[in-house]
Amino acid sequence: MNGPATQASDISRPRLPRGVRLTHNEAQGGWVLLAPERVFKADAITVEILKRCTGEATLAAIVDDLAATFAAPRERIHADVVTLLNGLAEKKLLDLG
Amino acid sequence: MSAPLGLLAELTHRCPLGCPYCSNPLALDKRGDELDTATWARVFREAAALGVLQVHLSGGEPAARRDLVEIVKAARDAGLYSNLITSAVGLTPQNLAALSDVGLDHVQISIQDSDEASADHIAGYEGASARKRALAKEVVNLGLPLTVNMVVHRANIGRIEPMVELALALGASRVEIAHVQYYGWALKNRAALMPTREQVDEAVRQVELLRAKHQGRIVIDAVVPDYYARFPKPCVGGWGRRSLNVTPGGRVLPCHAAEVIPDLEFWNVREHSLADIWRSSPAFQAFRGTDWMQEPCRSCSRRDQDFGGCRCQAFLLTGDARAADPVCHLSPHHPIVAELAADRKDAAYAYRTY
Repeated sequence: MNGPATQASDISRPRLPRGVRLTHNEAQGGWVLLAPERVFKADAITVEILKRCTGEATLAAIVDDLAATFAAPRERIHADVVTLLNGLAEKKLLDLG
Repeated sequence: MSAPLGLLAELTHRCPLGCPYCSNPLALDKRGDELDTATWARVFREAAALGVLQVHLSGGEPAARRDLVEIVKAARDAGLYSNLITSAVGLTPQNLAALSDVGLDHVQISIQDSDEASADHIAGYEGASARKRALAKEVVNLGLPLTVNMVVHRANIGRIEPMVELALALGASRVEIAHVQYYGWALKNRAALMPTREQVDEAVRQVELLRAKHQGRIVIDAVVPDYYARFPKPCVGGWGRRSLNVTPGGRVLPCHAAEVIPDLEFWNVREHSLADIWRSSPAFQAFRGTDWMQEPCRSCSRRDQDFGGCRCQAFLLTGDARAADPVCHLSPHHPIVAELAADRKDAAYAYRTY
């Protein structure tokens, strides 16, 4: 049984919670997501999505912005964003808001 | 040579509790030998320059340091993500708020059992459990993420579910079910701590059920017990590969137990830079890579996956630090492990004493 907070929707205002930091590190070769006693490598797509998760922008607006910036179908971007954000929320790495 | 990811900073070996499973060495560092604030700040800057991303502020009890707020600020200023690994005993809500203000990222509180009387008995400190629960609430009130760390052994292994429920009730986003590993004081108390295989199998089953039940509400990280495994753990992610440990007196170790291995030369941050120690100290070079391996590790297809297991455990159980960790079923010494696991006694704990 999932908690309701792990279902991202178009009106979600996702943001990284306190204690989760997206940072670039030269020695480690790129972007990393720092969380309680865990480190995750963040690929370029993850970085573009998470940079837009300010707690203000809605998921729909984030998808719109990505669609305008990158040449990919909006439906595809929407699916990728929802999958990423749900996965991070389940690991307590993201507040869906 | 890889860059380290994590720094375990043992700020002090002082601690008000007496947990019999403590992984600190029996010979604890004296207060007079502790590194000062400025030295820790330098170590953090050097660690960040090396590529370290996270510092785990531990001990002993890190809150026993009067300069803890300055230390956490120094970690933040160096760009490190900071984890406070604490018993909560000796940490006031005021100090916690000050730590939060200087940018502490995360707090891990140890809880010895869901049953309060048992918890206080294990910690050797009456009232510990109540203090931990109270401080956990403060952590959550401040908006800091909270991990509850539960060290699991024979006395509490039957209460995995209530322990996880307690972590949830306290507002933890993460709970570590950490089966005891046998180093330091835990090794001394092994016979009193060791669970049976049946208890371990049941605990593993409970964790899987709880993960499914609480998916999305809390993350359950579990460290499986070595002695009942088929393959060894990839100890510290490989010797001198992913992490380093600085003791209260400034010695830099590839892992917290490394001083049990004879003839290793450890360097001190008072005399060398961290980069120099990471790259060149004899202790760090001793078991880096795979050239040091003997059979069966040397030609094993898993050698880059588990690195032959734990060097310290290999030494403690076989007398040879280059041997395969006998936890591995492919080790010729593997039968030792079952014998040791069967050696269980309901003896009184030899509490950690400072």
